[in-house]
This record gives sequence, C-alpha cells and structure tokens, in this order.
Amino acid sequence: MSDLVEPAIGRSKTSFINDPKVRSIGLQLIALVLVVFLGWMFVDNARQNLAAQKIATGFGFLDNTAGFGISQTLVPYSETSTYGRAFLVGLLNTLLVAVVGIFFATIIGFFVGIGRLSKNFVVRLLSTIYVEVIRNLPPLFQILFWYLAVLSAMPSPRQSINLLGEVFISNRGIIVPRPVFEAGTGYVLWSFGAALLVVIVLHYWSRERRAETGRGLPMLPIGLGLMILVPFIAMAITGFPISLERPELKGFNFVGGVRVIPEFVALTVALATYTGAFIAENVRAGIQSVSHGQTEAAHSLGLRNGHTLRLVVIPQAMRVIIPPLTSQYLNLTKNSSLAVGIGYPDLVAVFAGTTLNQTGQAIEIIAITMGVYLVLSIITSVIMNVYNKRVALVER
Amino acid sequence: MSMTFDDGTFIRSELVTPLPPPIRNVGIIGWMRENLFSSVLNTLLTLFGLALLVLIVPPMVRFALIDAVWTGENREACLDPGVGACWPFIRAKFAQLIYGFYPIEERWRPNIVFAAGAILLVPLLVPSWPMKRLNALLFFVVYPIIAFILLTGGNIDASSFLFQRFGLIQPITGDASLAGVNIAFWADFVLTALVAAALVGGIIGLIGGNALSAGRAVLLAFAGFGVLVLAWDIDFGLRPVETRQWGGLLVTLVIAVTGIVASLPLGILLALGRRSQMPIVRLLSIVFIEFWRGVPLITVLFFATYMLPLFLPQGANPDGLLRALVGVALFSAAYMAEVVRGGLQAIPKGQYEGAMAVGLTWGQMMRLIVLPQALTLVIPGIVNSFISLFKDTTLVLIVSIFDFLGQLRASFTDPNWATPVTLYTGFAFAGIVYFLFCFGMSRYSLFVERRLNTSHRH
Repeated sequence: MSDLVEPAIGRSKTSFINDPKVRSIGLQLIALVLVVFLGWMFVDNARQNLAAQKIATGFGFLDNTAGFGISQTLVPYSETSTYGRAFLVGLLNTLLVAVVGIFFATIIGFFVGIGRLSKNFVVRLLSTIYVEVIRNLPPLFQILFWYLAVLSAMPSPRQSINLLGEVFISNRGIIVPRPVFEAGTGYVLWSFGAALLVVIVLHYWSRERRAETGRGLPMLPIGLGLMILVPFIAMAITGFPISLERPELKGFNFVGGVRVIPEFVALTVALATYTGAFIAENVRAGIQSVSHGQTEAAHSLGLRNGHTLRLVVIPQAMRVIIPPLTSQYLNLTKNSSLAVGIGYPDLVAVFAGTTLNQTGQAIEIIAITMGVYLVLSIITSVIMNVYNKRVALVER
Repeated sequence: MSMTFDDGTFIRSELVTPLPPPIRNVGIIGWMRENLFSSVLNTLLTLFGLALLVLIVPPMVRFALIDAVWTGENREACLDPGVGACWPFIRAKFAQLIYGFYPIEERWRPNIVFAAGAILLVPLLVPSWPMKRLNALLFFVVYPIIAFILLTGGNIDASSFLFQRFGLIQPITGDASLAGVNIAFWADFVLTALVAAALVGGIIGLIGGNALSAGRAVLLAFAGFGVLVLAWDIDFGLRPVETRQWGGLLVTLVIAVTGIVASLPLGILLALGRRSQMPIVRLLSIVFIEFWRGVPLITVLFFATYMLPLFLPQGANPDGLLRALVGVALFSAAYMAEVVRGGLQAIPKGQYEGAMAVGLTWGQMMRLIVLPQALTLVIPGIVNSFISLFKDTTLVLIVSIFDFLGQLRASFTDPNWATPVTLYTGFAFAGIVYFLFCFGMSRYSLFVERRLNTSHRH
C-alpha cells in the first residue's frame, strides 16, 4: 500500500500555484508592488500639484522670517525670528505641557487609584465618581470647559484672587513672583549641590548599616535638615542674593512677576486630570494584581498599613503598572496637541497651524510635525522600557 | 431547668444565651466606626470627603434643577442674578446641536438614519437575540449604503471608467441616461469587468490554475462593487445636501459610526498581517500600525485636510468631511489592529494546529475557528476603542467641521442668548450627552466582560 501512496506525496499532482511557498512569495510581491505603486502615484501627483500651484519644495523656508508673535516663549523669540525658531518655540511649549502634565497626572493617578481601593466609603465614592466622570468626557470638551467656563470667568486683574499675598489669579492667567538672582547665587547653588551629595552618601551608608546592624539613620529629618539648612547658611553668608520680584498691580494689569498664560493653565489642568483618571485605573489594577496574601503576610510581620503599602504592595504593583503608564504618558503628550483648540502656542498650533498657513509648505511641515511626535513616542517608550526592565520580576 | 444536687452544687444543663455584641460594633454605627472613623487619618479623610461632596453636589443640583430657568424666548429670561441653568437656550439651539445646518425640510432623512441605526444596533448588542449574522450584515454593509444615500441625497455622478479614457464608449452610447444613471459609464464598467475577468482567468489558467474560478471571483468582485456604485448612482429624487451643511450630533455620529464600521475590518486585516509568517506583509503592517499609533489624531486630520489633496490626482478634490473620515478610519484601524492582535495571541496554538489538521485552508481556519474566538475575547477592548473613537470625534472641530461640540461652541456666540449662564448651561448639556454615550458603552463592555467570564470560571 505504502509503495503506491508514496510517489503521490512526493510528486504532487496539484498545480504549483497551490504551493504555500509560491503563494507566500506571490502575495508578498503583489503587496509590495501595490505599496510601491501607491507611493509612486502619491509622489507623482504631489510633484504635479506642487508644480501647478507653484509651491517650492524643500526646507529652505525654515530660514525665512516668521513675522508673527507667540504668546508664550521659553527661548528668546520675536517677530523677526525665523520659522525654524518658531518651530523650536512650539516644540518647547509642547514639551513643557507634557512634562508638567505628566508630573501632576502621576500624582493624581496614584492618589485616586489608591482611593478607589480604600476601605473608607466616602473616599472610595469620591474616587469612583471622579474616574467615571472624567474618563467619559472627551478631552477637548474638558480643555474647552477649563478655558472658557473656568479661566475666562475669573475676575479681571484688578479684582484678581490673591493667594498668600504672592500669587494672583485673574482672567489674564496666573501671576507668580519671579525669582531674581544676584551675584553670589553660585555659592548658594554649590552649597545646595554639596548638601545633596552628602545626603546621597549618607543614604547609602545608612542602608548598609541597616543591613548589618538592623538600625539605620532617621534619614528623612537628617536629609531635609541638611538640604534646607546648608543653603540657608550659605545665603545668610552671601547676603541673600536670591530674592523674589513680587507682581504689582499698576493700572489695569500687573507689572513684574511671571505670568502663566491661561491657555497653559487650562491645557495642563485638563490633561493632568484627564490622564490622571486613566492612570488611577492602571494603579488600581496594579494594586489588585498583588495577591492578598502579601498584605496579610506584611501585617502579620507587624508592618503598619502605610509601610505595607509602601514597602510590599507598591513595589510589586509597579511591574504591572509601568507598561500601561508608559502609554498614558504618550497619550498625554499626543493629547497636548489639542492645544490648537484654545490657541496655546504648542507645536501643532505654531507650526502646523500658523506656519503652514503662511508658507503653504504642507508636506514638509506635516512631515516634520508627525516626525517629532513619532520621535517623542520612541524616546518615551525606550526610557520606560529601560525602567521596566529594572523593576521586572527577577525569576530564579 | 437546672439540676441541684443534695450537697447544694449547682450545675447548669444548658448554655447561657450569649449577650448581643456591643452596639458600637454592629449595625450602622459599627460599620461607620470600622469604615469611616477607624483612625485619625481616616476620620480626617472622611470629613474632607464629606465637605467636598457638600461643596460640589448641592450647588450642581441647584444650578441644574432648582434655580434653573425652564421657559423663555430669549436672553431676557435668564438675566436675573443668581439664576441657574438657562434651559430655554438649549431648547432654542436643540435642532442646531442635532442637525447643524441641515435643511429643515429635509430633516426627516437624518431622522430615518438615526432610527434605523438604533433599530439595527439594539438587537446586535443583546447577546441572546437570534440572527446575529444577518443583523451584522445589515448593520455593517447595508446600513452604511442606505445612510449615505439618505444623507447626501445619492445620485453621485459616475462619469467615466477605464475605457472612456480612450474615448471608446461615448461614440456608441451617446449621452443617454436612465433614472439618473449614465449608460455610458455602465457599459464601460461591464466591459472592464469582462476584460479583467478574462485576463486574470487567462493568466491563472496559463500557469496551471483554475481559470474558471479565478474569472468568476473577479466578476463577483466587480459585481459587488457595481451594486455599491449603482446604489449611489440611481436618482432617487432626493435633494442633494452638501456635507458642509451637516453638523451637530449628526456629524459626530456619522464620524463615529464610519470609524467603527471601517476600522473593524481594516483592523482585523492589519492584525492578521502583523501576525503573518510573510516578512514583507508583516513589516508593512507593523510600519502602518506603529506610524498611526505614534502620531496624534490632530496631525492626522491636518494631514487629511492639507496634505491629502496634494497626493491625489489634479482636480480630484474630495469633500472635507470625507477627508476627515479617511483620517479617522485609518487612525482607529491601527488601534483596532492592536486590540485584535491581543485576541489572536490569546488563542492557544492547539486551535490553529487542530484547524490545519482537519484540512482547513488558512482563510477557513481564520474565519471559522480563530477569529470567532479571538473577537469574542476582545469585545471589551473593541468597545473601549469605540469609546475613545467617539471622544476623538470632537477633534474635527479643529479642521472646521462643526460636530456636536463645534455647534455648541458656535452657539455661544449668539447675542440673542448672551447671558452669564449660557456657557455653563451649554457645557452641562454637552457633558451630559457625551457622558451618556461613553458611560453607556463602558457599562456595556463591563456587561459583556462579565458574561464572558462565566465560561472561564472554574
């Protein structure tokens, strides 16, 4: 029997187009040809269209004078600066919102996430309401709400809300004192650096001693004391070179101080609360993933609730929390592009908005903008992956 | 009931009934001591939380209900100091918030679309109701075509196909048309289909394949496409309504539903591509997915608005809403692909091997064995990406398409309704609408998740 069947398997009667290998190569060739054809068609069309509309291609426009003002600049910029400079200003503004937003979103997220699991009914209820309401409203809606309904409704500068006599909140934004550095600031900064170094060394030494003898140093008071006292003494010796320039109301507006524009405040608050709600859910899932036996074991060792959470539960929960946390950080950075909806001068508003309208260089500008976000995405995920590797479970 | 011995010893013959627990440890008081005031910090948190609730909830209720104005013709009604929500403003703007500037006498058309959508969607969502396959076919294939015809008015002018470019058809048929259908175009279309089928069949036949089935497949594809174009081409006597006149909730739902209907099949294809053994297909899928996932939707919309027209042939200037729709669909397809991939990865290898062992082709294996299991597993994920798609529809207002939020923002500028509370009323209304949609979807995903879990519980 087998002699009869053998040759049929060896030399199949079916056509070679049914051979999986041939099929796979054929399919891939078709896919490749399609993509290349599509790409060629796009490029060809773009060339014809650009020629018809007399738009010059290339990145030369970046050196032209921009001629428009920007309401918030972290680096010197004026209307005579170039489009390249405007790009830099927009990029820095985007990064500023991203960093500040991520900082606050993380804090909100961790507190609310822990609150969602609290034994306290009131805390749990409040946290749940917060998460459910914020997560189910569009971020652009929330940004517009903060901008139009909250910040624009603030009183005029003359009736501005005063916090601690230093910070003024009005419909023109938040005005805070500006630190002024005079000669001698260097010494203060150096002394602070030195104190920091000492604290770090002490921290490691204390940890080693605790491992050997079971008794470490009370690091919190020592560290705080050193880091506050040493710079203070240095300041006293050099005659207090760092002072605050207080904002003052002159006429209809404030003079002095630093003005945080309302667009920035609205965007940051909205993004931080929005992303914070998502982070809270990640944190909750992470904490719930740590088995209850860990908590019980920690309690039976005599650790208090706070210690159990800080030393046992959270380090283990971090492994589960980090990967989704990364994507939340990326989401916040990408959502910061919603700034264009309220006119905060971020990358998209300044570059893909104003610059694109003035120059008409659609292809270059949108390619650069998308490229920036892609690079930001890649950098964030690389950093987070490195961290993730460090906290990952080391298995025997 | 006790025994007494002669020497006076007293022995109880039954247990004393236990005393009730101290009143402070049971009931509401016990619960409060346990949960709300167990420590100083906990007490402080409770008091702080209660203060927060008192600060937030009563003013909101007072604003929305107690102090609210319910009747009025214009801003005069809502000008009193200390007045709450100005609901007449919403009533006056309601039609605008729902339809935008869709012509008033034509609004029965979006109404039918809304109703048909609801009628088809509800049975699709109830898991125990029968005929899911037919229902899905109606919702995902037939409904979009009908909705398109109703909303735009149909009668899209199909002018020329392949052969007309060489001037071959027009001389024979002339400019005849039947019920708005251009005869020349359809003659051209049928001819092209026949030629393509013959060509493909011939090639497949030459290299040893089944020429007849190849030709039939090509003809079927053309027929399907033809039905689609024909439906748009026939003149139903509806007045055309430009998408520029659409607005409000109508646009929000059009974008959301189009995104959902387009992103699911595209996402499945991309996920399969990413899991494929073929390196080029896999690479193309990965690049596509990661590119769209790495950029914000705004830049995608800018891309669709400013860059896409440059990439298309000269003179082809697609409609603004259509461009945004393409952007949204591609963007959400990339996210959908990752959700589906998660489901594909959760299917044990034995399922694939079993399918191959019974001799199923790759297509049959995916269609009959793997995808049904994988998609059921990730229904919560799919619903979640629908929620974010729904929230993302608001972004189109930045490229000047007036969706629900865009209409709301536009209505704030009406001097007829300029009152101190207009802004808050509008935000409250829009917030409630968005919340109901998104919260409803998330509850549904939880419901499905729970239903699915039962089968996995040991």
